[in-house]
Amino acid sequence: MFAFLVRRLGQAVIVMLVISILSFSIQDELGDPLRELVGQSVSEAVRNELREEMGLNDPFLVQYWRFLRNAVQGDLGTSYFFKRPALEVIMDKLPATIDLVVAATFWILAFSIPVGVFAAIRPNHLFSKLAMGFSIVGISVPVFLTAIFLIYLFAVELGWLPSYGRGDTLIMFGDWETSLMTIDGLTHLLLPSISLASVILPLFVRIIRSEMMEVLESEYVKFAWAKGLKKRRIWMLHAFKNTLLPVITVGGVQLGIMVSYTILTETVFQWPGMGFMFLEAINRVDTPLIVAYLIVVGLIFVITNTVVDIIYGLVNPTVKLTGQQ
Amino acid sequence: MTSSTFETRSDLWQRIKSSLVYHSFTHNRTAMASAAVLLIFMLAAVTAPLIAPYDPWDQTQFDIMDSEIPPVGSEGADDRFVLGTDAMGRDMLSTMLYGTGISIAIGIFATILQCLIGVSIGLVAGYFGGRLDSFLMRFADIQLSFTTLMVAIIIIAVFQATAGLKFYNDFAIIVIVLVIGIAEWPQYARTVRACVLAEKKKEYVDAARVIGLKPMTIVYRHILPNTFSPLLVISTVQAANAIITEAALSFLGLGMPITKPSLGSLIRNGFEFIFSGSWWITAFPALILIVLILAINLLGDWLRDVLNPKLYDK
Repeated sequence: MFAFLVRRLGQAVIVMLVISILSFSIQDELGDPLRELVGQSVSEAVRNELREEMGLNDPFLVQYWRFLRNAVQGDLGTSYFFKRPALEVIMDKLPATIDLVVAATFWILAFSIPVGVFAAIRPNHLFSKLAMGFSIVGISVPVFLTAIFLIYLFAVELGWLPSYGRGDTLIMFGDWETSLMTIDGLTHLLLPSISLASVILPLFVRIIRSEMMEVLESEYVKFAWAKGLKKRRIWMLHAFKNTLLPVITVGGVQLGIMVSYTILTETVFQWPGMGFMFLEAINRVDTPLIVAYLIVVGLIFVITNTVVDIIYGLVNPTVKLTGQQ
Repeated sequence: MTSSTFETRSDLWQRIKSSLVYHSFTHNRTAMASAAVLLIFMLAAVTAPLIAPYDPWDQTQFDIMDSEIPPVGSEGADDRFVLGTDAMGRDMLSTMLYGTGISIAIGIFATILQCLIGVSIGLVAGYFGGRLDSFLMRFADIQLSFTTLMVAIIIIAVFQATAGLKFYNDFAIIVIVLVIGIAEWPQYARTVRACVLAEKKKEYVDAARVIGLKPMTIVYRHILPNTFSPLLVISTVQAANAIITEAALSFLGLGMPITKPSLGSLIRNGFEFIFSGSWWITAFPALILIVLILAINLLGDWLRDVLNPKLYDK
């Protein structure tokens, strides 16, 4: 177990290093930090002096090493636009994105499991066929179109729900702002979270259904039927429990996809989260903020993937945890 | 010579006609309908310069005075523009015909590029195994942990900033195809590798090795053809995803420029006007985009059911 953990964590560290190198090399390509700092009115000689002083003429590896040392201490540079530490800007925006992801995950779990399981148990039922039909339509509609459609229907035509912003927020645990605790916040959250869930939910329905159908065909489930066990017990305890394994793996990957889709959802709904901020940073060529976003999102991906792998290793007895091949 | 080619051709037709895939296709209404829709879209896109009433890429052919005219059937419509005009006064029908072509072209070429890179790497990793295999697959894992959309946003932003917006606008299609093509190769590499690992153990590969064929010949001539069906299935998913990614990029303003719009840039263009009631600028391209992706996905679903499901179910 210990060897497995060490190996998996070592791998996570290597991936983070690769991500940091890639992000850092973007910094070299995008914009000139000196111009952002002093403007264009400074003479060439002063410029070169400053350049030398800031270490911008150092070799790539020296600069990268400095960047890495600062990054590990939580210093990811200062945003050109906000004139504040980039990490601080991101931490301000993070709660809004987490609200969105939590709400979308709620929709996904609340609907995909019952619908997927039902569609597997009763594949010929009308409801199952409808659900499968809807799921392929759901996969085929891009996130931003679902978002636009929801805005048009519920905000423009019917006028029931707000189309942009976060609404009232409540401050919890120190300075963590959340929309999940106020009625106004929840009404603002409804449309963005549904559109974020709209692509991943149908995918989960399909995965749960196909995995569960496969398990239902297996020998031990047939044996359980032969033993005369109760339907409910076979479905839930024997079959469903074993469909969860592949679902966990896919879930880890999908969380990453969901974070990148927040860029689209937040842009359509002008949701003041990380994704919206990232796109604005791209448009303003706010390089330190872009790099900081990449590092933070990369870290989120790496942590979730590592946690998913470790959970998978713990739950699945066929994975060797001793580190031997 | 002509008669022999004719014979082999009719032989091939006979083989296709008696195959399971053909039988299933002709007995599956969804599959036939999806294929028909795709065919019509492709035909319309290819013949767009001939059938479109106007040339949307030619600025002299539209007038800002014609902007936001609703489609025929609603109040204030103009017979010259069947589906109305956008905010720049371009005919929606013509713009969409050209835009569909761009979206389909990006989908096809990006998928081909992914396939070429992914299949080569997957074959090498699967056949030679060992250190090379684990290195390549780790690399694929890292690449997959960045989603394509994010990679594409960053690369295009860097490209726009370094090469200039005008240069980017001229070469947008090529850049997008390259970005989506390169970002998604691990999907193919993983599928092919899994197939190769399964095929490698079979006797026909041993036989080929025993008669002294070179590894590359075995890989390309013997193993590759047997990975064809799972490749076909993931190709449909990948093409649909490539079209969605391009549309998303264009919607964010990082894809096709508005002077040569794809379906996604048209939707972005129309989104600003949706609150003032000009629904058609968004709705028509959105509908075409959804039908296009749906047709590809339905065709892919059908293929998945027909071809051997065990190989790529996981």
